[in-house]
Amino acid sequence: MIHKTSPEIGGMGHSIKRKEDLRFIQGKGNYVDDVHLPGMVYGQMVRSPYAHARLKSINTEKAKKLPGVLAVITGEDLAKANLAWMPTLSHDKQMVLATGKVLFQSQEVAFVVAEDRYTAADAAELVEVEYEELPVLVDPHKALEPGAPLLREDREQKDNHIFHWEVGDRQATEQVFQNAPVKASVKAFFPRCHPAPLETCGCVADFSRATGRLTVYMTSQAPHAHRTVFALVGGIPENNIRVISPDIGGGFGNKVPVYPGYVCSIVASLTLGVPVKWIETRSENLQSTGFARDYHMTAEIAADRDGKMQALRVKTLADHGAFNAAAQPTKFPAGLFSICTGSYDYPTAFCEVDGVYTNKAPGGIAYRCSFRVTEAAYLIERAVDVLALDLKMDPAELRRKNFIPPEKFPYKSSLGWTYDSGNYEPAMNIALEKIGYKDLRKEQEEKRKKGELMGIGISSFTEIVGAGPAHSFDILGIKMFDSCEIRIHPTGKAMARMGTKSQGQGHETTYAQIVAQELGIPAADVTIEEGDTDTAPYGLGTYASRSTPTSGAATAVAARKIRDKAKKIAAYLLECNENDLEWEPGKFYVKGSPSKSKTIQDIAFAAYTNIPPGLEAGLEAVDYYDPPNLTFPFGTYVCVVDIDKGTGEVKVRRFVAVDDCGNIINPMIVEGQIHGGLTEGLAIAFMQQIDYDESGNIQGGSFQDYLLPTAVETPHWETDKTCTPSPHHPFGAKGVGESPNVGSPAAFVNAVVDALSHLGVKHIDMPIAPWKVWNILKEKGVAA
Amino acid sequence: MATKQMVRVKVNGRDREAQVEPRLLLVHFIREVLQLTGTHIGCDTSHCGACTVVLNGKTVKSCTMFAVQADGGEILTVEGLMQNGNLHPLQEGFKQEHGLQCGFCTPGMLMSSYVLLHNNPNPSEEEIRRGISGNLCRCTGYQNIVGAVQFASAKIEQGKMAEGVAK
Repeated sequence: MIHKTSPEIGGMGHSIKRKEDLRFIQGKGNYVDDVHLPGMVYGQMVRSPYAHARLKSINTEKAKKLPGVLAVITGEDLAKANLAWMPTLSHDKQMVLATGKVLFQSQEVAFVVAEDRYTAADAAELVEVEYEELPVLVDPHKALEPGAPLLREDREQKDNHIFHWEVGDRQATEQVFQNAPVKASVKAFFPRCHPAPLETCGCVADFSRATGRLTVYMTSQAPHAHRTVFALVGGIPENNIRVISPDIGGGFGNKVPVYPGYVCSIVASLTLGVPVKWIETRSENLQSTGFARDYHMTAEIAADRDGKMQALRVKTLADHGAFNAAAQPTKFPAGLFSICTGSYDYPTAFCEVDGVYTNKAPGGIAYRCSFRVTEAAYLIERAVDVLALDLKMDPAELRRKNFIPPEKFPYKSSLGWTYDSGNYEPAMNIALEKIGYKDLRKEQEEKRKKGELMGIGISSFTEIVGAGPAHSFDILGIKMFDSCEIRIHPTGKAMARMGTKSQGQGHETTYAQIVAQELGIPAADVTIEEGDTDTAPYGLGTYASRSTPTSGAATAVAARKIRDKAKKIAAYLLECNENDLEWEPGKFYVKGSPSKSKTIQDIAFAAYTNIPPGLEAGLEAVDYYDPPNLTFPFGTYVCVVDIDKGTGEVKVRRFVAVDDCGNIINPMIVEGQIHGGLTEGLAIAFMQQIDYDESGNIQGGSFQDYLLPTAVETPHWETDKTCTPSPHHPFGAKGVGESPNVGSPAAFVNAVVDALSHLGVKHIDMPIAPWKVWNILKEKGVAA
Repeated sequence: MATKQMVRVKVNGRDREAQVEPRLLLVHFIREVLQLTGTHIGCDTSHCGACTVVLNGKTVKSCTMFAVQADGGEILTVEGLMQNGNLHPLQEGFKQEHGLQCGFCTPGMLMSSYVLLHNNPNPSEEEIRRGISGNLCRCTGYQNIVGAVQFASAKIEQGKMAEGVAK
């Protein structure tokens, strides 16, 4: 049961204003580029203009002679220290600085260090690199053909195939397909895109020769994991490494991997004995750091003639670029992509994924997404719409018919997941009601008669977040628990630290609300600190919507440990038996005589001043929380679009998002997360793409051509919710930050396809740019 | 390295001067020479607007001009918005309406909104959206930023009315 707290306490369910805002609105945030240390110098990468080329020679002489230049580091230099390669988070390895050859455009080739930024940039221009071009592989299908150029000569396996992964029952699925009366299929490419947080990646590496300690201020969503990686790779004792992740200007998965710039800065600081700052430009960020998606997917649904789904078959080719630098849990090379059965009750399913190398930037990171869930949700929600078209059924009705019924939860999916809780139909009903679905269908009919194009798109997604249970989830062997440590000070104020790291999600507020909820200490009296590995307990960080499911849970459990001790102290102070005490947020009182009570503040003071015999002094606790299962947030999104027949432009007229993330900590923050995620979904559906030409030249390598929506392109979002608590989470929460980005791309695309479906259009690949739509209109003879 | 040149500017009401290279960008002058790090850098193509400051009453993207071009000018940055220890209504609005998440775009957004409200004290939603269209935000989806500017617009208006009554 969730106690209702007063607004003064500000526990769960209160839309309290964010504690972190005060410094940001005054320009007093402390982002990594704001870190300025005495004697600090600057690093600059030299990058490859070619996508695939042999390195003939690197001449650093001219660069080194430029006044102000302190060092030029090459791959050969790093190789001497055995640092030319580093492990990725997906059990592959990646070049820190190129040796032998380069494998993607903008790959790191040398690192210049100079007294100031401008000199470092000048010197980078003076590094002379001689390349011999090699044949370039851009198409992942061609990368698997016999005789394709071998990209990764360092591997024992002499082809471009990285992994094959499959789950489900292949034979049973094939059998169902053989006999199925209806088969619908869609071939959908989820294009390569980039999270592009507004702050790029960077660090300040500060090695002190006096103490032997290395401090790294860095844009890290996972500071503890990064500390361990630095210790393992660099051979520096882990107690001598301190990673500080200061304020982060957005992450969205981009700040999970370890990048060569961090390693080079550390090497430079170790070599020079001064702090070294490295900050990416935007172009470097887009061109070289963790991209997302790039999944070439096929989905087939077997169904009966009434639309009852019988089986799902999914086949995917995953383009990982030059190195498999995806940040996935070890056992899941395609992440949680096998959530692709979505919200539907499939008796049988089979899913297979093959990963390949190409001459593109490395990655495969989870962009505002719990490890490939976005790809999965998009695919199934597209496929369901194609089935609806084939059956000439209303897409809402088809979904209704196939939803996992509420009584089946916890639900074991045919691809092996146990969905914790769900109730899909009410969310869809609210969304349809709110948007006026029936009237819109009538309007569409009228408009079609007049030759006007409008469409309605539905997406009823289910996510899988909060990785994850230690029995299945680890990154580099480290189990994916997370943590919280709470200290209650003598005056009843609290300090809590977590293993996660906010990048804008508002942890300083929401975690304080959890403490307030559990202990009755006002959220205003609780300070939250994350990101400093010297002080925070170990944890795997913030991504995959895992903060609330893991560290949030740890916070509640740690607070409950404190409450248990507080109860003993209260019994001592009230001279009664522990069992005679009742709790209400903020105090223990004697059953039947509520005036006999001790507030949590009284108890905190006594913990240091009037300690019961036999108890330790102090009032603090730590919890490392291993979630028993993942959580499965869901929702239905409905989108209405109008298409301009003259230009092919798609205008989003309305968008209704109904989300269910279980119990909510701060409704204002949840709504803000949904607005932001929907906007990124809009961007993915209509604008953002990192593409490559035949020679491996990146298209979309700067904000000039990698298009992000402004306030003008972004529609007004309408939100609502249902609440189906997670049965296994300590306070029934599920996580929400990624739902809108996971669920919305299909809603947008389904709406555009719906507008054109009467013309025979079944699918359009994202991003749906006006030229693409206009070409279709022209082909169909309806362009104005 | 070219000969350094003197730049004299008034920043947030205070006279500042420094000898700088002619190629020094205004944003680096503000962030590194004056150590006012509230103004941010989010791109290298003048698209994101994180570096927006007010120069002589107009917004400029400070990554797109040289410090020497600002010589003799008057600059307002996010650090200059507070008056007598009080938050500017826009700052208040961003907090009240949850108009920020990671906070990285916020200073630039505040400065664009500041000039917008100066030129148009009662903007419509569409005018606000156009007014901040030179500033990218990756977190909020803009909706609450629109709300924040509306909050500030109402608050400034109220303040003026209260002043009028007092007179």
